[in-house]
Amino acid sequence: MDYATFLQMLDSTLRLATPLMLACIAGLYSERAGIFDIGLEGKMLAAAMCAGAAAALSGSVWWGLLAGIGGSLVFAAIHGVTSITFRGNQLISGVALNFLASGLTVLVAQSMFGQGGRTPPLNGPARFQPIALPFAEEARAIPVIGPFYDEVISGHPLPVYAAFAVVALTWWVLYRTRFGLRLRAVGENPAAVDTAGVSVVGLRYAAVMVTGVLCGLAGAYMATALQAGFGKEMTAGRGYIALAALIFAKWRPVAAMWACLLFGFFQALANRPDVVEAVVQVKVPVPFLTALPYVLTVLVLAGFVGKAIPPRAGGEPYVKER
Amino acid sequence: MDRLPRWADVALVPLVSLILAFAIAALVILAIGQDPWEAITVMVQGSVMNAYGWGYTLYYATSFMFTGLAVCVAFHASMFNIGGEGQALLGGLGVALACLFVPWPHWSLALIGATASAAAFGAVWAAIPAWLQAKRGSHIVITTIMFNYIAASLLQYLLVNTLKPVGQADPASANFPPATHLPALNDIPLLNLVFTKAVPANVTLFIALAMAVLVWVLLWHTRLGYQIRAFGKSEAGARYAGINPTFVIMVVMLISGGLAGMMAINNVMGEAERLLGNSASGAGFIGIAVALMGRNHPLGVVLAALLFGFLFQGGAELGLWTKIPIEMRIVVQGLVILFTGALDVMVRMLLVRIFALFRPRTMEAA
Repeated sequence: MDYATFLQMLDSTLRLATPLMLACIAGLYSERAGIFDIGLEGKMLAAAMCAGAAAALSGSVWWGLLAGIGGSLVFAAIHGVTSITFRGNQLISGVALNFLASGLTVLVAQSMFGQGGRTPPLNGPARFQPIALPFAEEARAIPVIGPFYDEVISGHPLPVYAAFAVVALTWWVLYRTRFGLRLRAVGENPAAVDTAGVSVVGLRYAAVMVTGVLCGLAGAYMATALQAGFGKEMTAGRGYIALAALIFAKWRPVAAMWACLLFGFFQALANRPDVVEAVVQVKVPVPFLTALPYVLTVLVLAGFVGKAIPPRAGGEPYVKER
Repeated sequence: MDRLPRWADVALVPLVSLILAFAIAALVILAIGQDPWEAITVMVQGSVMNAYGWGYTLYYATSFMFTGLAVCVAFHASMFNIGGEGQALLGGLGVALACLFVPWPHWSLALIGATASAAAFGAVWAAIPAWLQAKRGSHIVITTIMFNYIAASLLQYLLVNTLKPVGQADPASANFPPATHLPALNDIPLLNLVFTKAVPANVTLFIALAMAVLVWVLLWHTRLGYQIRAFGKSEAGARYAGINPTFVIMVVMLISGGLAGMMAINNVMGEAERLLGNSASGAGFIGIAVALMGRNHPLGVVLAALLFGFLFQGGAELGLWTKIPIEMRIVVQGLVILFTGALDVMVRMLLVRIFALFRPRTMEAA
């Protein structure tokens, strides 16, 4: 593989890793607060549909983004009410919301646009446009680093850069703020947080809502930047890959970024079987590359690649008085 | 919180949940500018008002009985087997291998062989997550989700690279030999008086019903069933009583995976008569809804499977005859899971309030 192809692969890795990263960090907030969320997939899908529809109707990607976040927040709120207020089974609620999103998105898109469950193709200001970073053109002349800067670092739509900012911000929030400390505490020992006079319910709702906002961003990126509009089941299991990355990263933000970049790289490889074949000299079947993130996650879960210990109070509804 | 009377807990809670789910579904249909009454009429007409419709309803219900029982058995040991989809896919592989590579003289023998093979493949696929849960403490929900995706990739690979006959374009196995074709309900004497047209429902239906009985016997009338339920109620208690947790987790997941795998004899052997890429088509997930709706009792599972068979066939009719997309059935499915599985506390609180309203009056009368 020559350097140019390698840069192309890294470039598509970044684009494919972005929704994973956003969804993964989204899941991190919820799970760190003790609320399991296997509904990342559904929230992303709902957001993608809302974003695609709003961007198509208004012609502005910003309305799309707003609608995407709104749609995702509705699903997050249902998950919150179910698992915090009514102390329902968080896993079952997640499964149900994934189904709801899968069906409702097609239903709404079909009744709004009548194009077989898709939203109309977006172009121009209805999509996030690539941003050329300063001196990208000029830097090309510098050997090795120049093309890397121009091809890989520069020229992505805003959400790609936002995803990395979210990772940094999340690290800071989680480990350097009072909210972060309480968030981590409520996922480990909610009774202690309650005793300290901090509202468990409030913290958990806040976490679930942050999850909603970030999933909304991920879905909006899918529909308005990665692709030009919403299509049926367009998230294609990314919510579950993000969940896998979260476990792979042992619920830590920076590790989550690396895990998502790795899984994004696998997706980029799966899109280019010719490159893979050229490198390893053996024909590697595409399904093998598709399955790799899941296999790795199982290995991590099994404790063969370090032990993944989830937040202790994860999945347990908090009952104040006994 | 007050307790509900037993009959209310068993019958009223699921019924109210179902009514709430359908009420929201009706609102969804209204919101997309369609007529809910027309929708329910079309669904009922196309699925339960004639033998032909029943032929499809029962066909889907058969699949859901298997996957529903699979989830139900695991639930009794507090294991949430969300991997029915992957186990059913692997079951399909088992059926295909048995049907393609063994020269069966008669369909009845082929049925026995394929059933065993399907169950074995499904069980093996559940065994790995089970072992990881029992020995390494990996959460069964996450591992079974991962195994769903791994199964889909594995099948995709096998269909494209090994099972697909030379010269065929679509990724599917060769057609199974005629000796392995199962009799549909319209081929069975006496039943063919009712089912006059060719329907996909086949003899597998009776296997599914037999399995429901077997699961009932297993759970409530055997030592193993007692161990499973004791383990599900309290792992610490079961351990103290000398029940081996590894043994229970392994056995219950093997049974669960086997049941999910057996679903494949209905769709792969009984209907498609060849192995297709997405053979399970979501039935593994519907099993979750069926088990929840059926309150984890085999009889409940059979009834809930019939309900979901009706929803599935009715949903297809909606897609055919109305402007409501076929995806409506996924929405209803999601709503049923949400209300029966996750919001059951809400429904119960609601019912407790209502029951409390009536209580003082009866006391005054007495």
